[in-house]
Amino acid sequence: MTATTDPVARNEWIACGWLGQIRPGASHDTMVLGQPIRITRKAGDGYRIAEIGEDGAEGRELPVQTRYTCIFTTLGEPSRPLPEIAEFDEPDRIVVGCGNVGVNTSPYRLVENFLDMAHFSFIHVDTLGATDKTEVLAYRTEHRKDVDEIWAVDCTFFQPAASKAVKGGQMTRYQYRVMSPFSVMLYKNISEDSDRNDAICVFIQPLTETRCLAYMPMAIVDNENTAADIADFQQSIFLQDRVILENQRPALLPLDPTYELPTRADASSIAFRRWLKAMDIRFGIYEKQAA
Amino acid sequence: MTITLHDYSLSGSCYKVRLMLGFLGLDYDRRQVDFYPGRQHKRPEFLAINPLGQLPVLEDDGLVLRDAQAILCHLANRYDGGGTWLPRDPARFGPVMMWLMFAGGELMAASSARLHDVMSYDLDIDAARRSARAAFRVLDDHLTHREIDGATWIVGDHPTIADLACFPYVALSGDGGIGHEEYPAIRNWLREFRKLPGFHAMSGIPEYV
Ligand SMILES: N[C@@H](CCC(=O)N[C@@H](CS)C(=O)NCC(=O)O)C(=O)O
Ligand SMILES: [Fe+2]
Repeated sequence: MTATTDPVARNEWIACGWLGQIRPGASHDTMVLGQPIRITRKAGDGYRIAEIGEDGAEGRELPVQTRYTCIFTTLGEPSRPLPEIAEFDEPDRIVVGCGNVGVNTSPYRLVENFLDMAHFSFIHVDTLGATDKTEVLAYRTEHRKDVDEIWAVDCTFFQPAASKAVKGGQMTRYQYRVMSPFSVMLYKNISEDSDRNDAICVFIQPLTETRCLAYMPMAIVDNENTAADIADFQQSIFLQDRVILENQRPALLPLDPTYELPTRADASSIAFRRWLKAMDIRFGIYEKQAA
Repeated sequence: MTITLHDYSLSGSCYKVRLMLGFLGLDYDRRQVDFYPGRQHKRPEFLAINPLGQLPVLEDDGLVLRDAQAILCHLANRYDGGGTWLPRDPARFGPVMMWLMFAGGELMAASSARLHDVMSYDLDIDAARRSARAAFRVLDDHLTHREIDGATWIVGDHPTIADLACFPYVALSGDGGIGHEEYPAIRNWLREFRKLPGFHAMSGIPEYV
């Protein structure tokens, strides 16, 4: 595809690489929202990102930020900054990215899957869910207007193995936070006596409307496992989701409420879709065929 | 005596060995290798164990073995009292070896397609999918003939390490954008394989094949 002209999508910060992916002095070609870009890691520190033109030459230079183990850029003029996630600054946490994982679907399908607790008992059997405990208890969704984010709070779900650190089943408390159309995270209360939540993000790089790379930076409280163990656990979970995600039809997200019937467990997805509709985003959205 | 497996959960080759250890009921220690994104299998410490820089590696009683197929042979040879996983009679030994080599050879094109789609490996995806489909065609034709003969498994009346070695990358091929629609005999065989006692799935294997 060619670069999207959708101003809403263009004005978001988008993850486009992970720290450590590119050697100093080297460069890496990728794409955001259909726009080919080249990321060059400067000899010292820092990155330079430029659009790649039809002729293969570097064109307009793009803004760069590095944070949460990722490299971010934007094609437009973002109205919202990168989200603040304080957990990543706590020195005793294990902060780990998982590289990126390719998924052939639209970015919003990834966000919705991440928000959906109902699939735990079917897709993540014996880890995030148990086949005999499928109930999603009622939770609240909020549109926090000051930061323009969608939150789902007071979520609880029974989990046989909520993280690499947990031995044995527990009711896990969750909060979900959608920070942009292309970024979502959760706070997950791993142990009963702790008020320190694990923070797990999914930042999505839409290459095109139906091809994405997913980055999963995490800031985890865990004194036993290594970063590699934690990444292995998360990647294993995500590759279970990936099967489902790539089989969803249509890959583009329909915003017309008559198209897909939501259930109660989908309250967060309803709020998410409403929010997308209100911001009038067009990129990656399923448009009804004219009759 | 301890068995140690240098392992990465998302590796289909490591899964071959995990399946075998499970079927034989063997306990083992697991050494986590940060294959992706860490590429720990290309670092000097790992190359000292396997100069090819590949997973899996199995350590058993002083032996350090690389290559999933070789490891399956070792485990079957040493621990399968019944001898069904690796039959020694002339009518079956050769065919089992033949399909075992196929699993480590031609079928690995499906692994390449998966590495491309999931972990952005830079390779010719069309060529990888084409080769994988050609290999699937060969396996599906063979399994069709086996069905006509009233048989289920690749060789003989029991599942062997040939079935086991072929299973992972066939079952995981959807990860690399290769569906099973055109391979009905493969679908039946996958379904039978999943029913084996001690079977466990890995991430990326669809629940219903
Ligand atoms: N012949 C080996 C190949 C296994 C293989 O390809 N392993 C992958 C991981 S699933 C690997 O380590 N690839 C790294 C490389 O080949 O450089 C076997 O069958 O065990
Ligand atoms: Fe999931």
